Amino acid sequence: MKHHDGILKFFSLSIIWLWLVIFALLPFCLVTLASFASHDDIHLLSFPVTFANFQELNNSIYVKIFKQSFYIAGICTLICLLLGYPFAYIIARMQSRYKSLFTLLIVIPFWTSSLIRTYSMITMLKPKGVISSILMALGIIDKPLSLLFTDTAVMIGLVYNLLPFMILPLLTNIERLDNRLVDAARDLGANRFTTFRKIILPLTMPGILSGCILVFLPAMTIFYIPDLLGGSKSILLGNLIQNQFLIAQNWPLGSAISVVFTLMLAILLFIYWRSTGKKEHREFL
Amino acid sequence: MTNNIIELRDVSKSINDHSILSDLNLEVRNGEFLTLLGPSGCGKTTLLRLISGFEDPTTGTIFINGKDVNGLPPHLRHVHTVFQSYALFPHMTVFENVAFGLRCQKLPKDEINQRVAEVLKTVKLEKYAKRKPDQLSGGQQQRVAIARAVVNRPLVLLLDEPLSSLDYRLRKTMQIELKQLQRKLGITFIFVTHDQEEALSMSDRVVVMHEGCIEQIGTPRQVYEAPQNLTVAQFIGEANIFDSEIVAVDGNQLTVNIQGKHRTIKSPRSFAVNQKVHILVRPEDLRVWDHAEVENSNNMYPGVVEEVIYKGTTVDLMVRLANGQLVAATEFFDEDDDRLEYAIGEPVFATWLSGWEVVLPHETP
Repeated sequence: MKHHDGILKFFSLSIIWLWLVIFALLPFCLVTLASFASHDDIHLLSFPVTFANFQELNNSIYVKIFKQSFYIAGICTLICLLLGYPFAYIIARMQSRYKSLFTLLIVIPFWTSSLIRTYSMITMLKPKGVISSILMALGIIDKPLSLLFTDTAVMIGLVYNLLPFMILPLLTNIERLDNRLVDAARDLGANRFTTFRKIILPLTMPGILSGCILVFLPAMTIFYIPDLLGGSKSILLGNLIQNQFLIAQNWPLGSAISVVFTLMLAILLFIYWRSTGKKEHREFL
Repeated sequence: MTNNIIELRDVSKSINDHSILSDLNLEVRNGEFLTLLGPSGCGKTTLLRLISGFEDPTTGTIFINGKDVNGLPPHLRHVHTVFQSYALFPHMTVFENVAFGLRCQKLPKDEINQRVAEVLKTVKLEKYAKRKPDQLSGGQQQRVAIARAVVNRPLVLLLDEPLSSLDYRLRKTMQIELKQLQRKLGITFIFVTHDQEEALSMSDRVVVMHEGCIEQIGTPRQVYEAPQNLTVAQFIGEANIFDSEIVAVDGNQLTVNIQGKHRTIKSPRSFAVNQKVHILVRPEDLRVWDHAEVENSNNMYPGVVEEVIYKGTTVDLMVRLANGQLVAATEFFDEDDDRLEYAIGEPVFATWLSGWEVVLPHETP
């Protein structure tokens, strides 16, 4: 019996590790290698090794795109947090039958591809689309409202697509929060605000951080949402990388952007890692 | 000016039309150790939550220190609770946990430091101030929970089964510590438990609750020796109950018929002839004699020993009486009878000293 458990453990762990090595670590190494290669019209990648790609990134247009991407992803994360936290809190505190219903409702959109849902948003947001028509019919606006191909449209699309990734970790975390701790704080003389700030917020911080990371990372790199909803005006990191690989055919530059981006995120995670104690690591992971 | 720190007048509580507590009247005296005793689900925790302000009564009024507190939220009431599972804040150190209430009052830092240090010393935890709750043992966590509540100098401390998750030995120690702490602090304690032994050994007064009603309020001695009804009698301690009826009444002297034998007993209550009653005899009052020891079996009930349990200081017997009723008897080793050897199947006589029984009016179960 014991022996079988050992074999099972060995296989399930090694399959995952093998998978990650082949499909995550190896490609990342290749991308890193490519980022040091040079580029000409005949070869996708060629030698000698060069730092030119990284130097090119210092160009103000790329710096601007980096800044813009961090800004948009940051705002998107903030909106998701502000919308998602109260929502998750209320659901987590519901009676169990309503709770499972509402949790199901959050998950249902995943049954359709995110790409298809984003296409359908075009119909909602275009000048003669659903939202514009309703607002006109209600007399709130008097000429068609064009949301499509604006930063607002990109933001709506990002928040819509990524909100569940904020809500689900928060939900799990808040559900685990012992209600008696809230009672105890109130009993000891804390008003609702103090109870939230001193007890609920610190204890749900792991959920907040996992939610933020799960929203922030894709918000930077989901390229089809700015593509479809933002039109040509809106270029974020994801689009930039995609363009370099597929349109400009400049693989080394695309790789260099990916590597810099990955390093930045790694540094952010490392700062977070250092700023929290050992216990929080465990909870977060 | 009354001496009551808490008063409940006609307090009822229903949740979703389901009655949890009905028409409770209770006066808690300043400085006493009061225990709410009852089986789980009898509403004692709900009663505690009404006092602490987490629930509002459906009808009736609660006074704390003479003031009607209906609608007053928990953080504005000068009562604090020690929760069943302690509910210590896991992200704070022992010091921060204890200081929490004082910080909510926005007291100056020096005063907070001094008061926390003082109370940690009282509960012998001064060395553990920097630890987190999960680095403490169950008994230590228990003390932090108590310190966290008493540091605020509440008018009343509510304790919701605080000892139930400790092991037997630690529970005994904590019972004594709690009692000493209560004497030292002079704070009124309202202690909730379902353990009747705990209730009897710790309290000044015991409130026996059953299905949302108060069955009896009295000193431990009163509720044990003079239970007001069958519910109290059966919940507190063990009891042998003989169904009987009154044959004759002469003042407070009653003659009753128990299993065909007449017996004269005394009762402070008045009963009528032919009234059906229960005669209650505690196992430790029941005497079991073997045939050789008995000369006159007039006042005795024959039976057969079914079970013998040796417990060190006592021997517990289960005796099947001639009419089929099974009774429990606890025999002590003493000079009169240091042998106490009973065999299963041995025919014996059971009896008790008149005056040690309790007579209760008949209740249909």
